[in-house]
Amino acid sequence: MCSTCGCNQPSDAVTIKKFGEEESLHHHHHGHDHHHAHHHHTHGHDHHHGHEHHHHHPEKTVIEMERDILSQNNLTAARNRGFLEAKNVLSLNLVSSPGSGKTSILERTISDLNNELDFFVVEGDQQTSNDAARIHATGAPVVQVNTGKGCHLDAEMVHKAIKKLAPTENSILMIENVGNLVCPSLFDLGEGQRVVIMSVTEGDDKPEKYPDMFHSSQLCLINKTDLLPYVQFDVEKAKSYASQVNHHLEFIEVSATKGEGMDEWYRWLKTQRGIE
Amino acid sequence: MHELSIVQNILEIANNEVKKVNAHKVDQIDLQIGYLAGVEMDALLFAWNACVPETVLANAERIIHLVPAKAKCTNCKAEFETEDYFAQCPDCNEYLTELIQGKELKIKQLVVS
Repeated sequence: MCSTCGCNQPSDAVTIKKFGEEESLHHHHHGHDHHHAHHHHTHGHDHHHGHEHHHHHPEKTVIEMERDILSQNNLTAARNRGFLEAKNVLSLNLVSSPGSGKTSILERTISDLNNELDFFVVEGDQQTSNDAARIHATGAPVVQVNTGKGCHLDAEMVHKAIKKLAPTENSILMIENVGNLVCPSLFDLGEGQRVVIMSVTEGDDKPEKYPDMFHSSQLCLINKTDLLPYVQFDVEKAKSYASQVNHHLEFIEVSATKGEGMDEWYRWLKTQRGIE
Repeated sequence: MHELSIVQNILEIANNEVKKVNAHKVDQIDLQIGYLAGVEMDALLFAWNACVPETVLANAERIIHLVPAKAKCTNCKAEFETEDYFAQCPDCNEYLTELIQGKELKIKQLVVS
């Protein structure tokens, strides 16, 4: 069974590749076989029909668990977090819908702050190294994670990516998640802070429609503010929706292409980094 | 469709537990899922049916305990049930609320044989 969409196609291989290196690492997400991939359930039942037990093994064992279903991910995330904290690396998980400008914000940020801060970048996309190529051009070390059919990064992918990246002490690790405002919210990567990005070309009710991501983030960047005169996006409304979901959320309005507001974002970064 | 990842995680945990006690299959699995855990039940069932055939969970009775979401107002300390994150406090009408229940995503119990 492939990793995420439930289709019968093979290859749940995730690729993790340091940009500018030949070698790439394949890891199969979950080591189960694919024999069952050809089963088609057309009758949509839901197993609530109390199967009679088989009599070959009459003794039943009750195992009390209370185990978090994502405990393995959370454990790996805790390892990542510990490693990053020990190296005093500020790590940010950047989440948004596709096309909100995550990569553009990163490009500009790294280009503008390259002399003051050391950046390391993990790029998450289903396919291609296009984003890694853009970041590579800024001079920052970057690892591209291609999730294949996966709709989110998980802690294990980031663990492997960090190993390849080897971020230095006191640096900033930017993890650009797969563009998706739903699934990534459930998966702790071990980041220090989560930054949700929305752009003014989206609806200002996005925080209401996709509350999980806004609920789990610490900072909200509102991007493409240079387009405000041309779109129907009410910044105050968007902020008020998001604040209702998460009253701890901070906001910074930016335009990654024109540069407006980027200074405030840089100040935020430096404050988190502890140098301002 | 992160529900497929969730089912795969459930399957992995079930496999390990079955192995640990030298059992062969799971007869019953109790899941605890919070109302605001971010799990779409239809997607979970779809993923379940796609994943479990020919595994230890193939014939398991699946029992889902839905946990209602609860919030606490940081202003007046009132606790109340909610169905979303826009939890306006029914007592003081503030939106300064913290979710205190409803994000659960757990395997509560397995019955194996």
